[in-house]
Amino acid sequence: MRCPNILVFLTLAASLQAENFAIRGVTLHPVSSPDVPNAVLVVTGDRIADMGPKAAIPKGYKIIEGKGLHVYPGMIDSASVLGLSEIGSIRETQDITELGDFNPQLRTIIAINPGSEHIGVTRASGITASVVVPSGGFIGGQASIVHLDGWTWEEMAVEKSAAMQMRRASIEAGFGGRGGGRGFGAARRPFAEVKRRYDEQMQQVRLFFEQARAYQMRKANPVLGFKPDLRLEAMIPVLEGKKPLMIVAEKERGIRDALAFAEREKIKIVLAGAREVDPFLEELAKKNIPVVLPDLYQVPMEEDASIDEPLDIPAKLAKAGIRFAFGSYNIERPRNLPFQAANAVANGLPYDVALKALTLTAAEIWGIADRLGSLDKGKFADFILTDGDPLETKTQIKQMWILGNPVSLENRHTKLYEQYKKRL
Amino acid sequence: MNRRLFLSSLAAAPLLYSAGETILIRNAKILTVTKGRVDGSLLIRDGKIAEIGANVLAPTGATIVDAGGGFLMPGIVDCHAHIGSDATNEGSISVSSMVKIEDVLAPDDIQIYRGLAAGVTTSNVLHGSANTIGGQCTVVKMRWGKPATQMIFAGAKPGIKFALGENVKRAGGGTNFSATARYPATRMGVEDVVREAFNDARAYQRQRDEYQTRLAKGERVLPPRRDLKLEPLVEVLEGKRLVHAHCYRSDEILMLLRTAEEYGFKIRTLQHGLEAYKVAKEIAKHGAGVSTFADSWSYKIEAYDAIPYNAALCMKAGVLTSLNTDAPVTQQRHLLQDAAKTQRYGQLSDDEALSLVTINPARQLMIEDRVGSLEVGKDADIVLTDKHPLSMYAKVQKVFVDGEEYFDREKDMRSRAERETRRKALAEKLKPPPPPAQKKGAR
Repeated sequence: MRCPNILVFLTLAASLQAENFAIRGVTLHPVSSPDVPNAVLVVTGDRIADMGPKAAIPKGYKIIEGKGLHVYPGMIDSASVLGLSEIGSIRETQDITELGDFNPQLRTIIAINPGSEHIGVTRASGITASVVVPSGGFIGGQASIVHLDGWTWEEMAVEKSAAMQMRRASIEAGFGGRGGGRGFGAARRPFAEVKRRYDEQMQQVRLFFEQARAYQMRKANPVLGFKPDLRLEAMIPVLEGKKPLMIVAEKERGIRDALAFAEREKIKIVLAGAREVDPFLEELAKKNIPVVLPDLYQVPMEEDASIDEPLDIPAKLAKAGIRFAFGSYNIERPRNLPFQAANAVANGLPYDVALKALTLTAAEIWGIADRLGSLDKGKFADFILTDGDPLETKTQIKQMWILGNPVSLENRHTKLYEQYKKRL
Repeated sequence: MNRRLFLSSLAAAPLLYSAGETILIRNAKILTVTKGRVDGSLLIRDGKIAEIGANVLAPTGATIVDAGGGFLMPGIVDCHAHIGSDATNEGSISVSSMVKIEDVLAPDDIQIYRGLAAGVTTSNVLHGSANTIGGQCTVVKMRWGKPATQMIFAGAKPGIKFALGENVKRAGGGTNFSATARYPATRMGVEDVVREAFNDARAYQRQRDEYQTRLAKGERVLPPRRDLKLEPLVEVLEGKRLVHAHCYRSDEILMLLRTAEEYGFKIRTLQHGLEAYKVAKEIAKHGAGVSTFADSWSYKIEAYDAIPYNAALCMKAGVLTSLNTDAPVTQQRHLLQDAAKTQRYGQLSDDEALSLVTINPARQLMIEDRVGSLEVGKDADIVLTDKHPLSMYAKVQKVFVDGEEYFDREKDMRSRAERETRRKALAEKLKPPPPPAQKKGAR
């Protein structure tokens, strides 16, 4: 039972046979428009066919009574390692971090394990899609967006290559010690030394982009003997501004450098994990740069930081008019994303902005709002049926549909629960 | 930023309500946890809860606090934290029962204030899990700003940390703790280390008892050499010291229960006990408590069968169950929400969920006559929240410890601007001075 290789097969997403259906008597929370009480939601195939108080249910459609219940669009985790990691401490179960500093050619989609136990566990919280992000060196590879259902990664794919992940060089001088959130025993180095290293790294990144630009030009005017370069080839959509560069930067310096870098390279970026956002609120809003929030269940960055940091970041961004989405980053915590959103509300974020950040805004940021993120005619039938607000722990998620298929909320944890409940 | 300076900005200002003051908190929904809900007032006198009721008359001179229709609940008790201490593991040996957290308390650890701000008023501060027998733990009250001696929960029964499983085994070849191999490296070895230790403790106990007996008879006899490592283990054998054992898998849990039974002592709590639900019956029969995580899992192989229903299942089996943070592993600021997660996973009632972080951990630490519920006569360790504390939208507004206000949200908010100014001033000072103007021609 303890071999991860066997275990991951146990909770394979159990897609049941799709059939056309309608839920009636429910309160709809479309997110893109005001709530509709006592409404009907009609699903044909994998799409929402009709919705509203008076939507007609075509003949032969299965009817689900939803009186007293609520339908919300499925939630989106905008930065996860779902399917790339199974057990934190076991290297053999990790496929997040490749060797080497520049790996734009790497594709997460092909390494997502559809049998990962984490997929079912995450679904149970109402999350139906996930942006799976690699990390390693400076450019970690291509992030992909998946439905949390499917027998294969091909079936799961929403966007096989949605963004390019890049991490900013770090200038941490090593800040061990209590309460700082820097972990144990980080080595302390003199500032001059880390600054020199930082500048070198920045130079490497610039150089790589120059190489890619040069390659882009060579490719446009190929000479005899031109040989495609897989690494540089993968950079072209980024250079053309067709694919966003998802830049991970936490602290002020990193964010500042990331913004300057995007400006110089004239590329589209999504800022991820940003924590010291205060100096950049105006600029981010003006340039319409979206943000993927950091994991909000981290300790404040510094001893003298506000006790609400980083839970207070979403409210700041919302107030400044910056678009943002939630990300889990960690394999253990995707299921807590709705609760993080509620905690952000407790720290000043308007509720509707929080709910959107988990659904429609996320879909907009990733360019998939034509298919996902809200309850609208023509969109994928990815939604959840609940007995209340899905951001509260007291609420039970009753049922889930992905692409019109009813998806089981059973998972490794519910199975162990049922199994051992019998032994009490 | 310099910790001392920071501290001064948080703690130098006098507390709004000080020790010994009579305070009447009015207009509150009072969640007693043990005796239902009372909508009304709570009176604090001499640091204790003096009265709870729909209508409580304000004694002359009492300070009135309007709760604004918010909720009062007992101060949260965290049965497992690594905050407020300057050291965690004495990693050199696997039985380090002689070392004490009490000796390394760090009352200026900012994590105390952060925990307090989330409603935690009592913490069991333990050693880490590198060693089979880690050391003597200390129960503290989160009296932020007070010296170490005043942090200690006077009268709390002493405890000792045990640990089983991966962390203990890892110390043998590990990167974190020691460079050289160290026994034990298997769960078999871990059992043996526990048994060897209690084998020694028993022998020491006999020797000491024999000395006392012969002394009582008037014999002239040399006292046995004092053994600081075995003394706390003898206290365990005599039921004077509580065992809090870090464990994960059901097999090692069962092993520890049986070993303890063999040597005639009890395990007070199984800490983490992520697979406790698999042997809940056996745990209930032994009489051990379980103090677990809400939903941590999969970070290592021994946490792969961890389920968020653990607390609910243990409770159902009649095990005294609590939730802990292992702070800073998970944070005290989310402990209340961790309790609320048992309503998603296990559908516990409000009182059951709240008991996991209040009266139950208090019982596990045997301090339930003092804290863990809002009852007349108990310490006035009280938390005020704006919404129901189990809501994800709730925020802690005020925290009292022994009737003293140690946290006030508004005051904290006001202090932020001032802190920012001081921080900037400090950063300004850190800037290097401009280089001296060079004289022309100077080399």
